[in-house]
Amino acid sequence: MSEEREDKAQLVGRRHWRSLEDLADSPRVREILEREFPEHASEWDDPKGRRQFLQLMGASLALAGLASCTEPLGEKIVPFVRQPEDLVPGKPLRYATAIRLAAGTMPVLVTSTMGRPIKIEGNPEHPESLGATDVFTQAALLTLYDPDRSKTVTNLGAIRPYSDLLGVMHDAAEAQRASRGAGLRILTGAVTSPTLAWQIGELLQTFPEAKWHRYEPVDDENILAGARMAFGEPVEAHLHLDQADVILSLDSDFLGGGAGQVRHAKEFARRRRAPEEGAAASSSRKDTMNRLYVAESMPTLTGAMADHRLRLRSGDVAVLARAVAAGLGVLGVSRPADVPRLSEADLAASLGVPGAKRPAAVPGISEAMISALIKDLAKHSSRSLVVVGAAQPPEVHALAHAMNHALGNTGTTVTYHAPVDAGAIVAGSFSELANDMGSGRVQLLMVLAGNPVFTAPVDISFSELLTKVGLTIHLGLYDDETAARCHWHVPEAHDLESWSDARCPDGSITLLQPLIEPLYHGKTAHELLAAFTDQPLRGSAEIVKEYWSRQKPSASFEQQWRRALHDGVVAGTELPPKAVTLQGGLGAGARESDAAGAGELELVFRPDPSVYDGRFANNGWLQELPRPLTRLTWDNAALVSPATAKRLGMQSEDLVVLNLGGRRVRAPLWVLPGHADDSVTVHLGYGRERVGRVGKRAGFNAYLVRQSNTRWIAPGAKLEATGKRYPLAGTQEHGSMEGRPLARHATLDHYLQHPDFAREMEEAPPAGLTMNPPVKYEGHAWAMAIDLNACTGCNACTIACQAENNIPIVGKDQVMVNREMHWIRVDRYFEGEPEAPAVYHQPVPCMHCEDAPCEQVCPVAATVHSSEGLNDMVYNRCVGTKYCANNCPYKVRRFNFFQYSDFVSPTARLLFNPNVTVRTRGVMEKCSYCVQRINMVRNEAEVEGRPIRDGEILTACQQVCPSDAIVFGDLNDPNSRVVQWKAQPRNYSLLGNLNTRPRTTYLASLKNPNPELSKDEA
Amino acid sequence: MENDPRPPGAEEPFSPPIVAPGYTFATVSDKIGSIVLARGTRFGWVVGFALSFVFLMVLVVSISVLLLRGVGIWGINSPVFWGFDIINFVWWIGIGHAGTLISAILLLLRQTWRTSINRFAEAMTLFAVSCAGLFPLLHMGRPWFFYWMTPYPSTMGVWPNFRSPLVWDVFAVSTYAIVSALFWFVGLLPDLATLRDRSKNRAARIVYGMLAMGWRGSAAHWHRYEVASLLLAGLATPLVVSVHTVVSFDFTIGIIPGWHATIFPPYFVAGAIYAGFAMVLLIAIPLRAVYGLEDFITMQHLRNMAKVLLATSMIVCYGYVMEAFFSWYSGNPYEQFMIVNRMLGPYAWAYWMLLACNLVTPQLLWFGRVRDSIPALFGISLIVSLGMWLERFVIIVTSLSRDFLPSSWGMFYPTRWDFATFLGSIGLFLTLLFLFIRFLPMISIFEMRTILPQAEVDDHAGH
Amino acid sequence: MPQIFHPSTNTIARVSLFGALFLVGGALWVLVTVQRSSYVTHQGVPRTQPVPFSHQHHVGGVGLDCRFCHTSVETSAFAGIPPTQTCMICHSRLWSDSPTLAPVRESLRTGVSLQWNRVHNLADFVYFDHSVHVAKGVACLTCHGHVDQMPLVYKSASLQMEWCLECHRQPEKYLSPREAVFRMEDPAPEKRVPSGVDLVREYRVRTRTDCDTCHR
Repeated sequence: MSEEREDKAQLVGRRHWRSLEDLADSPRVREILEREFPEHASEWDDPKGRRQFLQLMGASLALAGLASCTEPLGEKIVPFVRQPEDLVPGKPLRYATAIRLAAGTMPVLVTSTMGRPIKIEGNPEHPESLGATDVFTQAALLTLYDPDRSKTVTNLGAIRPYSDLLGVMHDAAEAQRASRGAGLRILTGAVTSPTLAWQIGELLQTFPEAKWHRYEPVDDENILAGARMAFGEPVEAHLHLDQADVILSLDSDFLGGGAGQVRHAKEFARRRRAPEEGAAASSSRKDTMNRLYVAESMPTLTGAMADHRLRLRSGDVAVLARAVAAGLGVLGVSRPADVPRLSEADLAASLGVPGAKRPAAVPGISEAMISALIKDLAKHSSRSLVVVGAAQPPEVHALAHAMNHALGNTGTTVTYHAPVDAGAIVAGSFSELANDMGSGRVQLLMVLAGNPVFTAPVDISFSELLTKVGLTIHLGLYDDETAARCHWHVPEAHDLESWSDARCPDGSITLLQPLIEPLYHGKTAHELLAAFTDQPLRGSAEIVKEYWSRQKPSASFEQQWRRALHDGVVAGTELPPKAVTLQGGLGAGARESDAAGAGELELVFRPDPSVYDGRFANNGWLQELPRPLTRLTWDNAALVSPATAKRLGMQSEDLVVLNLGGRRVRAPLWVLPGHADDSVTVHLGYGRERVGRVGKRAGFNAYLVRQSNTRWIAPGAKLEATGKRYPLAGTQEHGSMEGRPLARHATLDHYLQHPDFAREMEEAPPAGLTMNPPVKYEGHAWAMAIDLNACTGCNACTIACQAENNIPIVGKDQVMVNREMHWIRVDRYFEGEPEAPAVYHQPVPCMHCEDAPCEQVCPVAATVHSSEGLNDMVYNRCVGTKYCANNCPYKVRRFNFFQYSDFVSPTARLLFNPNVTVRTRGVMEKCSYCVQRINMVRNEAEVEGRPIRDGEILTACQQVCPSDAIVFGDLNDPNSRVVQWKAQPRNYSLLGNLNTRPRTTYLASLKNPNPELSKDEA
Repeated sequence: MENDPRPPGAEEPFSPPIVAPGYTFATVSDKIGSIVLARGTRFGWVVGFALSFVFLMVLVVSISVLLLRGVGIWGINSPVFWGFDIINFVWWIGIGHAGTLISAILLLLRQTWRTSINRFAEAMTLFAVSCAGLFPLLHMGRPWFFYWMTPYPSTMGVWPNFRSPLVWDVFAVSTYAIVSALFWFVGLLPDLATLRDRSKNRAARIVYGMLAMGWRGSAAHWHRYEVASLLLAGLATPLVVSVHTVVSFDFTIGIIPGWHATIFPPYFVAGAIYAGFAMVLLIAIPLRAVYGLEDFITMQHLRNMAKVLLATSMIVCYGYVMEAFFSWYSGNPYEQFMIVNRMLGPYAWAYWMLLACNLVTPQLLWFGRVRDSIPALFGISLIVSLGMWLERFVIIVTSLSRDFLPSSWGMFYPTRWDFATFLGSIGLFLTLLFLFIRFLPMISIFEMRTILPQAEVDDHAGH
Repeated sequence: MPQIFHPSTNTIARVSLFGALFLVGGALWVLVTVQRSSYVTHQGVPRTQPVPFSHQHHVGGVGLDCRFCHTSVETSAFAGIPPTQTCMICHSRLWSDSPTLAPVRESLRTGVSLQWNRVHNLADFVYFDHSVHVAKGVACLTCHGHVDQMPLVYKSASLQMEWCLECHRQPEKYLSPREAVFRMEDPAPEKRVPSGVDLVREYRVRTRTDCDTCHR
């Protein structure tokens, strides 16, 4: 990309900054014209750059915006301009930045039209994303525009100017100088920003006695401790799932939400593809697909993908780990790092010979299963992988490291690098801070992130401790529980409003650049810390840039800087793999404390799949997103197995009291098939007291029973009945397929023998069996294929679709009467006995039937077939008879029973995708195959007089999918991927025998069970 | 019977009298006309009218709320997108069948016993159809665009989708409403003239006079009258069959198991007549009691209607049996599941109640004693009306609640607005009915004259 | 008993019968006509503007090209409304003190945009793209009429759906050669060389009448 094009882009970018009304009406426009154009005379002369500006000016007349933008913007900003089309005026522009979640960072490209960020996509250039994102990243957009975000600096609830705070901070700093900062404490969450780490470092140099503490309610302490135990130093494991033939997950939901999910899903799915026709010998074809063993208590997305799921209480996973480790001959054995690989002989010895190395008994898991598992791992030494979840105690992590070492996986399926969280090693712990505060040693506390008052373990009463501190300053997106109990609260700038930088889980660093001026005068942590320096008013752009100019001092820094912004990654910042040495005596300190006694209930804490640790409580998209497997919305629940519920005489939606060591909280019960017996799983982050309109009265607060010493797995829990009921809003009432061939599946072996099993499961009507005249699709014929074998059921498609297509949320009451509006839903089916069922996911968008039942019954022709095979839904023609929805066998049509879309609040209007009609009350809507994207690309192609390239049109669900399970394209293009997918033997039509001839088809899913294990074991 | 004044051979299907003896032309006119022309209003009428009017107001309120907030106030949801709205529509339309059947088909079949009931049966039809007509409008998400369903040269250059049964409905129902209204009005003309001539009150005479459109009872008038009513009867007859056939297409065209059945048209029509006659009985029984019309609406009428009731119930039940048989015989798993779900699913209660109402109860009519017992007939008619409503409930709600993908199955729970709208429509119906019996002759005066013995005698003397 | 109606009322009755029929018919006819009238469409009704900008003068007289102001018409869905800057390119020298142009100078001075009244306004659920139409040889003239003869701009077309469809169903009747797209004279269709049919072939015009062409 040429230099001056970038410059144009800067101009463009800057123009897109402020809200349009502002741009059109405020006197500042003149200021900009005068102050800025001279310095960019070149761009001003350049026709394209100017046109962009003029066009925006014109359009802004018609558009509404926010009147809350304040500061003039001097900083440069560089849009992503890989395709020249992107620079055509009026076409959306994309900017590379990143969205942060605790220690995780998702590199993204944000689409901006007329200065409004309207869609977040993954950065295809970046290994952490490769174009995909997770649900949290998608929902970040809604948080940006959330009208409930805190808007003003407050002191004890009273609105005060920022300058006042600066004064206060300055005085406090002066006071601290005397004691060399002995009374100064900084509390952060995970710090992945090198700049912030540098700033804190600088601060600690000025105040040597000051301390930096770090607290994340969902943290990596066990992981680091385990690493210390195994290698003597804190390192992070970097998984290479695409290298692994056999994976053992010990209570790890690596495919579930959180840091690394997207990369894990991508790599896992790469090895999950079915061996297709034409592959050589069946033996080699067998090996192309990996095998996954998962030991866990609550069924997770990872467990749903498992070929063998070992139903275990989280507390008992350690026992399994020791058993397997013993089998692999690592227990208590110290080995050098270059461990010789386990030979079959060693293995036979370790298994056959009764004695020390014989697998110890694991409750509920058969010996056969364990030894088969051990054999399988050993057989694939250096091609296997043992993964452990953050909830497991350090010992288990250490054992896993040892096993991976013994199996020679280090360097192939797993590498190690320094933690991406700068605080992981240097920062002090939360409990230390609590002690200091308790003993009154803290005079000035800066809470730079998080909501500790809400998320602190119940035995640390943080709100009380705060009262012991002279001056407390809180920085946050919301005026939350912590803000209410700190002296000062400062509204935080959203990632999309901020300059910053962040280290991705793979170690590479991405620069954050703002897409829009802070809507609510938000500040970044950089700016707040700068208040302690001699330049208290520096903008974060300056600060970040200064840090990097120090890092890479060179003449061409400016260019490198732009390159980094443009690419969305700073070149050469990946963390180098660390060589590690395994320490000895691992088996020794195996502690039993986590394991609950037989018949005793264990309580397991998990971050919520939607609100995480509570920070997304006010995000409607996430609140209404059905949780994996439970399909519940708007609430969390205490999850138990059917057997346990039976034993306790309780059923779903009973309101029960969770009693852990005398601490009680009332929670609705939910019976989840496949959950381990005598184990209760609760999700954190609900029951917020001080939260916006969306998050009010949702769920119960699990932190109230979470204690410092048992933060993840707590034995000795009790469930007490209250006799009351609490209704939960699920989106899927019925979990069985009723023996119908819906989500079709088979084992790998069966597939290799009967490749056409999926089609044979249902008698399909002969082609051309219709009374309507045959339709020839000239030009394009759009179609979609969904690979159920790759789909992990992560819901990213649902929420991406919601963001792209202006889909409203309806609230709990409406969900309870099945009125949710999602255009693509993920159906979840259980199969087998309720105790340990197999789980199948099936994303269901509109099928775009060629012989669509909905089309012929609409009295006003509001839903009709397009010449390209799309099933068009014309909102403005719809009168709302709902006949089409009745007649849709797939029930993918959604009706606006009330006025769901928010036309009122100004920020909601900013959020809308301008290329999709916002639906009013009384009209039907449904998946359109993202027709707005199709049309945009078509118009571009027509103007340029070229054909549309395959893969040029990505539907929102396809683009976001972490496991590339969705393909969209043109049936008339023989080389398109969609045609190749549909040619596969696994391809089938849902309800094909209705002869609706859907354009959306599915590829049946395959399981790859261990042949050694008989059916009932599998 | 010995007291039958008619000579043998007079083509009368029923030997028992269909009008009590001892009446002259004048007394008939008096008897019926007086109900309308009587000074002052009966207290009972006032009470009844007031009650119905209250319910009418309930309808007005629920419609206002509906328009303000949207169809979401009802219990409809996904997958049950149709609820009480369409159930009520089909129920009312069904009821609206007996009238035309009686007035048109029985007229062509020369069933003179129809004479005394056809007037209010037709009125009942009109009112039922107007109630029915409400719901297709109200069930729309954006009712203010209802006219898009009609073909007219719009600036959008688009037309309705003529493949959609809902468009067929628009034509079928509106045609039916117009024709039966015309038929009814034409039938009223001579009586309006009678009222004009007999009423003492000038205002009334003017009003009736205008409505009578200058009817003088001249031979020419009578001739045209005969031709017109025959033509209209001929026109109305196919409608009786067509309307409910078309309504049944709303379902049979659908792909949903429990809808997609070839049996629907005949058994919907039968069901309509079934429900219609039940409603006629429900109205006739109190009327003849209150206004002392036992001499005109004799036991014989009730007996005949009871027999029609029995016959149609058998047809309807044949339909139920066939549905079950089809779903088994089809070998289609979805069809088979459908019927099992009806019998054992969450809505089984509705199915069994429906059978109890429509299959079991009418069997009592085999017994003469039951056919002669007025309370029994009234009770049975009530039960049948309920049963027919349940039939539509089963067809619509039960079928929709569990169709193809178990993932999208769901239950339907009516809200208070569902009930309010339903009761309101009944209020509308009764209000119209009360107005009718107060201001128009509920029995055709001149037609009654024609079936008096005297008429017969004159007739024979004429030859 | 005395007659209350004079015999003539019979005639009235008959007439009223037929009158009713004509009344209904007439009402429908009025509706159909009104919804196409300029009263509804504002077709041919000039809109007043903050500055009485005359296309007649600038296009017809001065001979400015459409793209001088509507810069993005070839590249974007939105043709673009010129900012004050564009006006001042000339008017910083010409008529630089004319009172009519005071608002323009004011706008440049204060940075407050001129707010023009929108003449061609489509419903929110209609998506129109200038670039593709221009690229396929739909002349400005074809939809916007002779702006070179409009002192104040007005809609020359109704912009109703049937009007759009008319061209989408038979483009050959309305296409112009690309080089003539921005010109303001229109040779009668039969005189056009090459003919519309040729243009359709040459420009690979595939007008779509699918709903999703304009409604999404």
